[in-house]
Amino acid sequence: MDNLGLIGAVSIVTAGLTIAIGSIAPALGEARAAAQALASIAQQPDEANTITRTLFVSLAMIESTAIYCFVVAMILIFANPFWNRVLAAATR
Amino acid sequence: MRISPDELVLWAWGPFRLNATIVYTWAVMAMLLLVARLATRRLSATTGLPRWQNLLEVLVSGMREQIREMSQQDPGKYLPFVGTLFLFIATSNVLAVVPGFTPPTASLSTTTALALCVLVAVPLYGIVERGLRGYLAVYVRPTVFMLPFTIVGELSRTVALAVRLYGNVMSGTVIAGILLSIVPFFFPIVLQLLGLLTGLIQAYIFAVLAMVYIASATRTHGGH
Repeated sequence: MDNLGLIGAVSIVTAGLTIAIGSIAPALGEARAAAQALASIAQQPDEANTITRTLFVSLAMIESTAIYCFVVAMILIFANPFWNRVLAAATR
Repeated sequence: MRISPDELVLWAWGPFRLNATIVYTWAVMAMLLLVARLATRRLSATTGLPRWQNLLEVLVSGMREQIREMSQQDPGKYLPFVGTLFLFIATSNVLAVVPGFTPPTASLSTTTALALCVLVAVPLYGIVERGLRGYLAVYVRPTVFMLPFTIVGELSRTVALAVRLYGNVMSGTVIAGILLSIVPFFFPIVLQLLGLLTGLIQAYIFAVLAMVYIASATRTHGGH
């Protein structure tokens, strides 16, 4: 396999692994946060407003880990710097 | 596939490039300005409220209420900054359903600019509220060894703000594009609807986080 094919294959496999492994931990974390928030709302329905707002903010914070992985995967597939460099070197 | 509207250059003159991000940002700004201008042209204090004034009053009083709850302070000082962030991001995310419009927040440059505004605004509000010494004292609390960690934390949360908003909005656009080529017609529409919800939540989160950062810098005692 030449360099270009190697880079393509490695990028795609890594992108898949990135998003697959990187979404496990945020999923578990978000599930814990949501379960805890539901339990708290069930205990104190009066505080539902505050709990919901805090839940949304913390979900976004947790989710950003998965979003970073997604951004890295997208960069690997659509804007891979090595791919462009090797392509430019090959066509020159 | 274009991953960011930055790459679509509409007009170039010398070193200046007018890309789609700037044009769409101007479009959103013009729309906000126009709506605000038209809605506040004929204000009334009687019970017969015009429709648009009612909408704006609900928006503004809702934002004031949220800011007051979060900061436990008078919202008047923070409303212009935080409210503008929220309105701009929400409008550009919601306009994503308009065909041909790419939200400017789907470009890392826009979100970085917004996050940098927050990075600058936090010390400004903090210094105005507590004085220069009082604000700088936060950095060396409890010991002076915490200084590097506080600074790194401040920088990394700015990066996180920018990448979070960018990643969420960009993922909506990209996934809709990918699905459009695999399963056209139905699924892209469902995802667009989901994208509307995510866009509004992200606008809310961006404003809330900005407010939380400002509130933690301006709180005079207690807090973190």
